[in-house]
Amino acid sequence: MVENRPFAQFMAYLTLALGILVVAFPVYLAVMASTFDTATIINGNMPLVPGDQAAENYNRTLLYGGMHARQPVGGMMFNSMIMALGIAIGKILISILSAYAVVYFKFPFRKTAFWIIFITLMLPVEVRIYPTYKIVADLGLLDTYTGLIMPLIASATGTLLFRQFFMTIPDELLEASKIDGAGAFRFFKDTLLPLSMTTIAALFVIQFIYGWNQYLWPLLITTKSSMQTIVIGIKMMITTTDALTEWNVAMTTAVLAMLPPVLVVILMQRLFVKGLVETEK
Amino acid sequence: MAGVTLDTVRKIYAGNVEAVKGVSLGIEDGSFCVLVGPSGCGKSTLLRMIAGLETISGGEVKIGDRVVNQVEPADRDIAMVFQNYALYPHMSVYDNMAYGLRNRGTPKDEIEKRVKEAARILAIESFLGRKPRQLSGGQRQRVAMGRAIVRKPQVFLFDEPLSNLDAKLRVQMRVEIKRLQRALGVTSIYVTHDQVEAMTLSDKLVVMSGGQIEQVGTPAEVYRRPETRFVATFIGSPPMNILPGTVEGPGRVSVGGQSIAVTDMRDGLTPGSAIEVGLRPEDVQAGGTGTSSLSMDVDFVEELGATQLFHGKVAGAEFIVQASTGQLPADTRKLTLAVDPGNVHLFDPQTTKRLGRV
Repeated sequence: MVENRPFAQFMAYLTLALGILVVAFPVYLAVMASTFDTATIINGNMPLVPGDQAAENYNRTLLYGGMHARQPVGGMMFNSMIMALGIAIGKILISILSAYAVVYFKFPFRKTAFWIIFITLMLPVEVRIYPTYKIVADLGLLDTYTGLIMPLIASATGTLLFRQFFMTIPDELLEASKIDGAGAFRFFKDTLLPLSMTTIAALFVIQFIYGWNQYLWPLLITTKSSMQTIVIGIKMMITTTDALTEWNVAMTTAVLAMLPPVLVVILMQRLFVKGLVETEK
Repeated sequence: MAGVTLDTVRKIYAGNVEAVKGVSLGIEDGSFCVLVGPSGCGKSTLLRMIAGLETISGGEVKIGDRVVNQVEPADRDIAMVFQNYALYPHMSVYDNMAYGLRNRGTPKDEIEKRVKEAARILAIESFLGRKPRQLSGGQRQRVAMGRAIVRKPQVFLFDEPLSNLDAKLRVQMRVEIKRLQRALGVTSIYVTHDQVEAMTLSDKLVVMSGGQIEQVGTPAEVYRRPETRFVATFIGSPPMNILPGTVEGPGRVSVGGQSIAVTDMRDGLTPGSAIEVGLRPEDVQAGGTGTSSLSMDVDFVEELGATQLFHGKVAGAEFIVQASTGQLPADTRKLTLAVDPGNVHLFDPQTTKRLGRV
């Protein structure tokens, strides 16, 4: 669309700028708050320029944690990282394999199998939380990484995404592989997997963030403070009792919690774009 | 090298749809066999059964002396070129060609030798490092053929390999495929719906329709002496004109009251019975005179450059005549067509079979 209406354009940019401001300002505040000492913020003046306590705050938060919840945020980040990676990788592994089975193999009740997977879309953790908790507890998996990761791995979204992608791959490619002497596993490894790379990257980003942001599930099954994730950590920083909330530490934790997802998005974005550009006509 | 033998091969899909209805065919070692027919005639299904990509519902497929009904595609010693080339998009041209050999555990230096050799034959040496998406349609087509050549198979199978190319490239690749097949001497089976491709490429032409073979023969035989009306109208462009007529007597039929002589006519046809008279547009002499001639009302003229096509009606039926440009004025409204008795084809209106000499 070629348009040259300066006023309309100005309004468009203004709207965009306002939108960005609304979204970005709280983030900016959090970053600013993480650079002052507790007293400054408690006084009620929220400064809009960086203070000089950044190194001190990040150092303390990462290594020692807050005054009340004396749990180093570094450890929490490690837990969150294990959980998010485990969920993302696990989901990708399981969903790519189940999609492969559903699309390329003929077995009895294939459709049924697909629909059962599909229906689990309606059953997120929150809905099945009691039975899931019971099973995990009975298996003795409370306060373990396995317990944190496993119940969240099954993914209808991933299976669906891979299935849709596999269906766009021409049958001739499979047939050519067959004639070239590639069996089911070779076809998967040599052709399907390399072609799925961009889909895998997309799914990884989505699922990593999904895993990182989990709140309810880790809250339920972790009792030891050494197993806590950072999302729970933020909540613990903010005391509801009459004790003083160390807002600087809470904000530092929040900023730290934001970093890995942001990094994953930024790093994976290149693969996304590459994938979009490279698609066959 | 090996020939291919089909013995009453059938394909029945779920829901009792019979796509191939008992086809028997012998393809000699080293020959180029083209299966041609309209879409849905079962030609591709037949090819895919030979390749092992479709199960065989009945009958037997032999490659050489070996029955391959239950043999995996990879073990049939065949190579196939697909319509959309089916190159592996993430592999380089070299890897595309080497993949099948690697899976078979061919030694590395042997793979390299064969890929280089195939690349040289196909003039794609400079593209070996590229990905398929960086190639033009014609180059991809060559890579697909290279992938087939390096395998040194007993049989090449081609599934409409040229239909994704533009017209000019198609003609060029057609010639190249023919040359390559001659040079390598590998038995080839080629599926197409393009009758020009079929005519030019084949040693043995198989015309199919409705899951059955209509006629098998050399291109010249099929063109000169079509066994059924279907073959007559399918092979040749523009298609053969079919006129309703009646038998007058031995060696004579009448079309709309105009009597014409016929050389190739079955004995003992009842005078007065209906018959279909086939005349190729290129076989009638426009403006000529002779003992047997037809009159034609011209509706319009199509210019093809070297030739002109006169469209009109003879005895109430659509008729096309091909004439050299300049032979007749373009505003011709009435034509007299001289008919060579040797060029008249007769068909039974009921069975559509040829009513020629037995």
